[in-house]
Amino acid sequence: MNPILAAVGGTIVLAILAIAFGLILSGIDRRVVARMQARVGPPLLQPFTDVRKLLAKQNIIPANAIPWLFNLMPIVALASAITILLYLPFGSFAPVLGEFGDVILVLYLLIIPSLALVIGGFASGSPYATVGAQREMVSMIAYELPLAIAVIAIAWRLMAAGVAEPFLMLTLMQTPVWDVVGPLGILALLILLVMMAWVTPGELSKIPFDSPEAETELAGGILVEYSGRNLGLFTLSQAVKMVAMSAFGIILLLPWNLSPFLGLTGAAAGVADLVFFLLKMLFVVIVSVTVVRTMMARFRITQVVGLYWLVLGGLGALAIILMMADAFLLGVI
Amino acid sequence: MKLTTSLNRSLWVFHFNSGSCNGCDIEIVATLTPRYDPERFGVKLVGSPRHADVLLVTGPVTNQMADRLRRVYAQMPGPKVVMVVGTCGQSGGVFSTSYNLAGPIDQIIPVDVYVPGCAPRPEAIIQGVVTAIAKLERIEGGAKQ
Ligand code: SF4
Repeated sequence: MNPILAAVGGTIVLAILAIAFGLILSGIDRRVVARMQARVGPPLLQPFTDVRKLLAKQNIIPANAIPWLFNLMPIVALASAITILLYLPFGSFAPVLGEFGDVILVLYLLIIPSLALVIGGFASGSPYATVGAQREMVSMIAYELPLAIAVIAIAWRLMAAGVAEPFLMLTLMQTPVWDVVGPLGILALLILLVMMAWVTPGELSKIPFDSPEAETELAGGILVEYSGRNLGLFTLSQAVKMVAMSAFGIILLLPWNLSPFLGLTGAAAGVADLVFFLLKMLFVVIVSVTVVRTMMARFRITQVVGLYWLVLGGLGALAIILMMADAFLLGVI
Repeated sequence: MKLTTSLNRSLWVFHFNSGSCNGCDIEIVATLTPRYDPERFGVKLVGSPRHADVLLVTGPVTNQMADRLRRVYAQMPGPKVVMVVGTCGQSGGVFSTSYNLAGPIDQIIPVDVYVPGCAPRPEAIIQGVVTAIAKLERIEGGAKQ
């Protein structure tokens, strides 16, 4: 088949599946939160209903907004969130555009949906949205550090172990880093696992890191002026970003496939791996988003920076030192 | 603006206090507790009128609040429903002889559903939401508003 056609078709299929799965994930998330609070909770498909309603509602553009930026940013957010998925392998399915980008590109792409939110917030011309956008920028700067440390530590260790192309997403998925490291490296990876579990809710702006949206003091913060279709698009982009971020964490740190253990081959292996991958994503979302957001209250923005830079940054430095010691003891550097 | 069936399954509520004694507001908070759990039906409290489908107003509307109420109503995207909770929003109630009233809520903005009581119990507020949903379904069915 024509490679361009295949890429376009793959993108469309992936986008539809990711939106559907992301909305189901957020439905499960809301349901589990409700159960943890001794409530019944909304139906699983509630996010679909919400988005359908938002798409049908009136779309207001405030008088002092910049209309083209205000309307463009929700589309940019959704498109860039879907673009991330093109570079991620799902189970044993290779990424759609795998040969064109690596983990560094994904790191950059992960920023763009948040950046679109920030620009949209500034463009809406509301003081609440401006404060929210500034907070979002600060928390972006904050969580980038531990995320970059985790990526670099893992890719460096793979490179030290002599794995070819350690920065390709496919390599990370096919060569679980846990298999190449020694005991000290395992310790370092456990630390990185804790760091990723804290980066994920920050990246997704969930409680306790939702100070940019802060319903109670900023009345919705960045999104305060968005209504109707634009708000629906932002909701979709956040659902897709939840898929992308949890998949990214899995590829970095929990990359095993099921089929080698079951001895499956062919199509059955693909399906088993995909289902296993989706279950892992559900696990990641429940552990690092749902449980955390039920148990904790919102951090102040200064606390967010302190946590990410001092605590997790310090842990990350420790993890890198352990990784180097591990590589040194095993005699690979 | 076309009404869809998804609207009455996902009512997002914005709560506006136009000068009430806070009694009704506490009952509204009680309605949102796990005991009644309105999220079962997709009802959610939102922080911005731009996200809301239902404007929940309490209080008799003081002179200062009249203009704010009008503006908050205008900020909501259609289709929208206005629900008045409490007697003082309908008639002035215990504040009816006050010098500082711009009138009951329905003199400022159009009202769809009234929940009487000073203060109404959470069950009555839920009954009001159900009435609002029934009204939306009637409008959908093409009946006159
Ligand atoms: S109706 Fe009664 S309880 Fe409710 S706000 Fe008015 S005075 Fe207070």
